[in-house]
Amino acid sequence: MSSAGTLHGDAAARDPHTPLPTLDRPDDYLHAQSTLRSWFLTTDHKRIALLYLASITAFFVIGAVAAGFVRLALVVPDGAIMTNDTYNKAFTIHGVVMVWFFLIPSIPATFGNFLIPLMIGAKDLAFPKLNLTSWYIFMTGALFTLVAVVLGGVDTGWTFYAPLSTAFSNTWVLPALIGVTIVGFSSILTGLNFVVTIHTMRAPGMTWFRLPIFVWTHYATSLIFLLATPVITLALILLIAERAFHVGVFDPAYGGDPVLFQHLFWFYSHPAVYIMVLPGMGVISEIVPAFAQKKLFGYRFVAYAAIGLASVTFFVWGHHMFVNGQSDLASLAFSALSFAVAVPSAVKVYNWTATIHKGSLRLDTPMLYAMGYIGLFVLGGLTGLYLATLAINQHIHATYFVVAHFHYIMVGGTVLAFLGGLHFWWPKITGRMYSEPWGRISALFIFIGFNVTFFPQFILGYLGMPRRYATYPPEFQLLNVLSSAGSTILAAGYLFPMVYLVYSLWFGRRASANPWDAKGLEWETASPPPPHNFAGVPQVPKVPYDYPIQAPETGSHHT
Amino acid sequence: MKAQSALALWPPAASATAVETDHIILGFTVLTLLLTVPVFLAITYFALRYRQGEQADRSTDERRSFLIEISWMLIPYVLTLFFFGWGAKLFIASRHPPPDAMVVEAVGRQWMWKFQHPTGQSEINDLHLPVDQPVRIRITSQDVIHALYLPALRLQIAALPDRTTEIWFKADRTGTYRLYCSEYCGTDHSVMDGNLTLMTQAEYQEWLTHGGAQQSNLAAGRVIYEAYGCAGCHDGAVAGVKAPSLVGLYGRPVHLADGRTLTADADYIRAKILNPNENRLAGDGEGEGGGQGGGKGSGKGGYKQVMPSFRGVIPADDLDRLVGYLKAYDRVAEGAPR
Repeated sequence: MSSAGTLHGDAAARDPHTPLPTLDRPDDYLHAQSTLRSWFLTTDHKRIALLYLASITAFFVIGAVAAGFVRLALVVPDGAIMTNDTYNKAFTIHGVVMVWFFLIPSIPATFGNFLIPLMIGAKDLAFPKLNLTSWYIFMTGALFTLVAVVLGGVDTGWTFYAPLSTAFSNTWVLPALIGVTIVGFSSILTGLNFVVTIHTMRAPGMTWFRLPIFVWTHYATSLIFLLATPVITLALILLIAERAFHVGVFDPAYGGDPVLFQHLFWFYSHPAVYIMVLPGMGVISEIVPAFAQKKLFGYRFVAYAAIGLASVTFFVWGHHMFVNGQSDLASLAFSALSFAVAVPSAVKVYNWTATIHKGSLRLDTPMLYAMGYIGLFVLGGLTGLYLATLAINQHIHATYFVVAHFHYIMVGGTVLAFLGGLHFWWPKITGRMYSEPWGRISALFIFIGFNVTFFPQFILGYLGMPRRYATYPPEFQLLNVLSSAGSTILAAGYLFPMVYLVYSLWFGRRASANPWDAKGLEWETASPPPPHNFAGVPQVPKVPYDYPIQAPETGSHHT
Repeated sequence: MKAQSALALWPPAASATAVETDHIILGFTVLTLLLTVPVFLAITYFALRYRQGEQADRSTDERRSFLIEISWMLIPYVLTLFFFGWGAKLFIASRHPPPDAMVVEAVGRQWMWKFQHPTGQSEINDLHLPVDQPVRIRITSQDVIHALYLPALRLQIAALPDRTTEIWFKADRTGTYRLYCSEYCGTDHSVMDGNLTLMTQAEYQEWLTHGGAQQSNLAAGRVIYEAYGCAGCHDGAVAGVKAPSLVGLYGRPVHLADGRTLTADADYIRAKILNPNENRLAGDGEGEGGGQGGGKGSGKGGYKQVMPSFRGVIPADDLDRLVGYLKAYDRVAEGAPR
């Protein structure tokens, strides 16, 4: 540690080799208090966001290691590397941990928590103690699920379909189910907190149509949290009741109906896709205008599209059951409704593209992630329409085509947006700049690694390789080896940020309040912000995304 | 088509419906390229053309934006709806079999398929069918949810417990194709597969009357040995449960608790499967030593009689296959216990 005297010179602050202690700004939220108690009993939304960030990063690592096991096993077709049982547990852990303990909380619980009060000019969320409670509930659920993993694992897949999960699996299904049930309450409370905050805590002058799109998408996400999560909670409780006490709901042996579970499961789990995707769209809608230095194209359309997606998504769950004994009429209706998802999705993509048009672009790390996001989301979204087409679905349902499709949406959509957002707001969160060259290299590794891993899986699926197969016919080996090779590139892309971001905490260049020349209230306070966010009541600009380059107005307002 | 090359880029299609499904997906792919390639090119071009520091026209047009919003909202949607209609038509057609379709009954269980032909013959995991003949498969499950997936026909349908679903098709190309379970069903999900062999009518009749259907099938017997849980105890696959090994049992003398000695012939094995509580073995349940339950002894005591009766559980033809397999179990080395 160098002496404090050298800290404040610009030259010293820019030198990455000068170790800088972080304890030189005792007035920001990171350093105002430093006891363990001040972290674990904090009610500051920014600190709670960091608690979430640390937890979900740990779960991402667990989920990624499980994915590594899956890709390792599939290098050979005959299951010589792993037993069927081990393989099944690996993909189940991967799915359960990634969906419930990383993807669903990822952006809302970290950036949503951190940024919503800052973006609307508030001191905190409406219910700070409830916010902390949500994290403890999340960790309690996580504990149960980790117990299931440590005791020997679960082999039902993340979908927990009955009666496999209630009567036939001999693995640790109950603790996993209890964990996932509990974690749902954390989602519900977070959603409630966001909705109330956005309704009641906006700074004077912050009207609905001055809100950043990030806040709009989180509002839409919160509505899904509130309306859909209780359904999966109920369904999982019924599953627990059937497994533990033989209460017959889903197992025909006790007079139940297994397709009923699929309906309840997907009534939540399809909207859950938008819990994962909408916050990502919010992140991209902040990054693209900032790095194009141009006003977001079609602001009102993009805002309405978020609400549109959150609404349409409640009416498409049946497209998961075209070949599962659902009535033909239901299948026709769900197929037609699923195509409607294309409308708001197209609105988003084309408006981002139009924002880039005639902008003044800087291709820094967050922007590279945003551009990668758009490409992967478009492919993931359109392949979703293949699956929504009834005749095509009869062939590629439950094949690797589905695996590729939802990874393009969830990794391409959520994870790239998460990483883009992490780099974009890293200076605000930590007060430090990360290494830009390493950031760009990692973004490139992730984009290339992701496509090499998952594009071959579209082909595998169309060739007819079913998913969740521990062993497979030898003619599929070449594409599987290619996919596994790609996953090693992807893994490297994930590892780099874990190193250079942590490194930047101590050795990174000090960040100014607004290093990207971005618009939005969060950039008008210090980096890192003080405990109560703003010195006074922030002045809300008359229009959102008030960048130097203007875009045509689509609504009735003109500046 | 079993011996496919390492990198086949298109799966074989064995029916007109399969070919039409391919046409839908090809058409959809063309549309996808039309919708995505311009976006990708535009993003790349804009990123280079309008980079900070590049000289470029950055003036905006105030007039067009509403029309643009509406057109990119609706045009791609309307274009994709064409494929909704085409796909729905083909899907609905595959749900309504013609009246002259032959009916094959299919049953899934952990982890095997059983197919029953209209003439009574049945087969395990493999399915032999004629071409140029509508075939209706009525399918159910005896335990969890499975799904029968026939990629060469571009079809799959769930096998649900206590319910019958069905699918029909008319194949037009002979050959051997893959057949899978496509709904995750537990440990051995990925080995619940087999071959779909499509043959001419004459070949199919020949197969039914003289060919494969008439021969006892050791492989099928092994599948049943595992699927009905025999292997779990008798091969020691389930921890904590032990039962006499059945390797080499056939033809050996068996000492019973009442002092009699029988020969383990087909009738004995069959009776023991259906009524495990009769013909109790010497040492059964007593733990008094001298267990002679066929193969290897169990050290101290005998074997506790915990085997359930399979009467009414295993169909007669599967019992025949199982007994046939046990007759040959000393020659089938690969399934030997630990």
